[in-house]
Amino acid sequence: MPVIARVNGESVSFNADDDTPLLWALREELGLTGTKFGCGIAACGACSVHIDGVIARSCSVPLASVAGKAITTIEGLGNQGGGSEAAPHPLQVAWIAHQVPQCGYCQSGQLMAAAALLKTAPRPSDAEIDAAMTNICRCGTYPRIREAIHAVAGQAADQTGAVA
Amino acid sequence: MKLKRRYFLVGAAVALGAGMFGVVWSNDAAMARAKRLTTGKGESSFAGWLKIGADDTVTVYSPHIDFGQGSHTALAQMLADELDADWAKIRVEQAPADYAFGNAALAKVFAGQMSGHPDVVGHLPDPVFGLLARNAPIQITGGSSAVRATGQYGMRVLGASARLALLAEAADRLGVPQAELTASDSRITHAKSGKVLRYGELAEAAAERPLANEPTLKARGAYKLIGQPVDRLDIPAKVNGSARYGIDVTLPGMRVATAIAAPVRGGKLQSIDPAPALAVKGVEKIISLDDAVVVVASGYWPALKGARALAPKFSDGGNGAISSASIHTAQAQRIAEGKPDKDVHSGDLAAAFAGAGTRQLTADYRVPFLHHATMEPFAMTGHHAGGRLEVWGGTQDPVQTRNLLAKYAGLSVEDVTFHPMIMGGGFGRRFPPYTQIIEQIARVAMQVDYPVKIIWAREEDVRQGAYRPQSSARLKAALGADGKIAAWQSDYAQFADATAEAGLPYVVPATAMRHYKTISNQVDAYWRSVNASQHGFYNESFVDELAHLAGQDPYQFRRAHLPAGGRHLAVLDAVARRSGWGGALPAGTGRGIALVESFGTICAHVVEASVKPDGTPLVHKVYAVADCGMVVNPRNAEAQVQGGILMGLSTALGEAITLTGGAVDQSNFTDYPVLKLADAPVIDVHFIESDAPVGGLGEPGLPPAAPALANALFAATGRRIRALPLVGQAG
Repeated sequence: MPVIARVNGESVSFNADDDTPLLWALREELGLTGTKFGCGIAACGACSVHIDGVIARSCSVPLASVAGKAITTIEGLGNQGGGSEAAPHPLQVAWIAHQVPQCGYCQSGQLMAAAALLKTAPRPSDAEIDAAMTNICRCGTYPRIREAIHAVAGQAADQTGAVA
Repeated sequence: MKLKRRYFLVGAAVALGAGMFGVVWSNDAAMARAKRLTTGKGESSFAGWLKIGADDTVTVYSPHIDFGQGSHTALAQMLADELDADWAKIRVEQAPADYAFGNAALAKVFAGQMSGHPDVVGHLPDPVFGLLARNAPIQITGGSSAVRATGQYGMRVLGASARLALLAEAADRLGVPQAELTASDSRITHAKSGKVLRYGELAEAAAERPLANEPTLKARGAYKLIGQPVDRLDIPAKVNGSARYGIDVTLPGMRVATAIAAPVRGGKLQSIDPAPALAVKGVEKIISLDDAVVVVASGYWPALKGARALAPKFSDGGNGAISSASIHTAQAQRIAEGKPDKDVHSGDLAAAFAGAGTRQLTADYRVPFLHHATMEPFAMTGHHAGGRLEVWGGTQDPVQTRNLLAKYAGLSVEDVTFHPMIMGGGFGRRFPPYTQIIEQIARVAMQVDYPVKIIWAREEDVRQGAYRPQSSARLKAALGADGKIAAWQSDYAQFADATAEAGLPYVVPATAMRHYKTISNQVDAYWRSVNASQHGFYNESFVDELAHLAGQDPYQFRRAHLPAGGRHLAVLDAVARRSGWGGALPAGTGRGIALVESFGTICAHVVEASVKPDGTPLVHKVYAVADCGMVVNPRNAEAQVQGGILMGLSTALGEAITLTGGAVDQSNFTDYPVLKLADAPVIDVHFIESDAPVGGLGEPGLPPAAPALANALFAATGRRIRALPLVGQAG
């Protein structure tokens, strides 16, 4: 039985076996290679995606468990605002402004984790960033990841302030 | 050890950067081939490495892979600055994996220039040019060499030469003296007549002109792009998932495979029952290699399930008794025997140790094997069809990769194409001689008639690594009656000779660096800063011990051994000043300092650290100061130093590869813990510019991190750390 889910806003019917990790279904069946393989045991976060808006490490999520759910990958992060045209997520803009990536391999996962964090904590404290951002970056981009998250949170706060 | 070379700090003396750089553009065959491989309609090539399009697009070909160090952007900045090119129209492409683009070709470019500048020759990285001499033609990324060698002596010279050719062409076309022309933003302007010519309309004819062998390079004050924090060109594709790494390559009809190699390095495959794997849905083929089994399937997941179902029998190659403990014992024994393979010394060591009023100290240090832990595990895709092999993947030397692919496939190099892909980290792991997946993809692709991608599981990546070598050292020193180091002796046992890295930046009258070569069943691999990281930890920890013995402040003690007016002292003073050295700290927090020169760059760190109630170390803050001569891109330079520090701290805190029964004990990030964001301290990075030759930056930020941390913990706790990692050591 194919597993049917929504991926980046579109309905998708997966043919891979039920026990296939979502990561490999995304990469090999849909060709969404922005989501990366790092460890296979949910230890590094390179494969992070959103499932119904919640952060998940897709290397350890069986395909069967996402039936009927909405999945967002890095390729769809920019469109989450519901716009019809591709518009980058503010974090993606900040990642460039702060020149965050080095090798870049972990950054899809880092961005997905940061985006999930900002949904629940629009102005996260350093402790909240510490707790949420547990993805591994071997290049050592952590200081800039922190900066970029704070920068976006600051913008959000400014906007809120303007409205108020 | 005397400082051989002295450089002035900028402002103190001559302007640097201006000068005559001789170049020989005579490698005609390689140059013609390079042009043929890269130049299409409406494009004109200069020496193969630079291409200008009729639409003014400027393309720079980099022989170096960019795996995060930012060298593509930096190299383009250097070339574009000398070319007076419009930065908005600059592109960088990975040079093809072809001998015409080997670093050896570029080395020939360097050769003329180096011959007249012995200081520069002495400064250039042995890992680059030593290897070049042995293995040319190659295309190495390593030794922090891109900017300081390729950029400084290749790209800048080429940019300047191409600019002169464009100016000469413009002068002829306009019928005016060249001196009346100015070049900027990819345009040549004749102010008197107001005429303007674009590079794009001059390029075709200019490219036919001979390139100047000794163009005058810009003086430092004239730089427009060098020294600017321009955005890295590779970053936009890395924030939206569009960047394609080796692991992302997909071909029609492609199968996916995974490999299991002999757990004991040196072992061979003895027997395999393929049935359990073939019973897994999706598994198509089991391929036996000399030392590994490869499971080919419809996708990675069935391939992995198939591999896990197998119980291959491997021999241990006679290495079954090797362990981390046995290696350490062998190393300690060799040092104790005192018969070094290499003994480099200065001064009268015996007399210095026997001198009246001396106080002596001896201490044993050791560090374990370390894994690179690149975030992208090994992955390569190959397709053999029509007698040709085509392979995609990321390595630190595409030309050598192609040669090896041909060797393992039994094809001529001309029948092999290698497409270098960007890499999810390298750090020295991806040098072809020990990038085992090169042989695997060649042999597997030759046995199937469809494209196949091999992906290593993380467990394979950890267990089959090419580690920074395990190493031991016995350091012995004498303090003279004046409280300064009178004699220093480093007896170190490891695979590689590390004479340069075991040396000191300090002035010590009598020194000996003795190498005892020890081997194991592991390969002798490069690793971000390799020897400088091990010996930086040994030396800078032991200097701290000597400062303590002398009853002196560790910073002042180091100061006393550095020549006045030198770069080392300037770096040390700057880091002390920025860190508020000597100022009050909260109870239980200590400050440690360390100074290491590597890859032509002098770097010093001050670390503030304490011990948590559970006994584990907590790093609060790191101050770093580096003198790499000239900084090409300050923002990226800062990132490289930040990254080096975090990798250095990560390894010091918790990383170790250990062997039992000849096999690696670790398997994944769970037992090979890499530092996470929550444990990353605040880092303050500062650069001092000097007129010294440009130094590297990918590696030099790393070596001082571990000793500065260990020294900080000593200051906090009074307990000296002589072995890494810190995990498991009582606080």
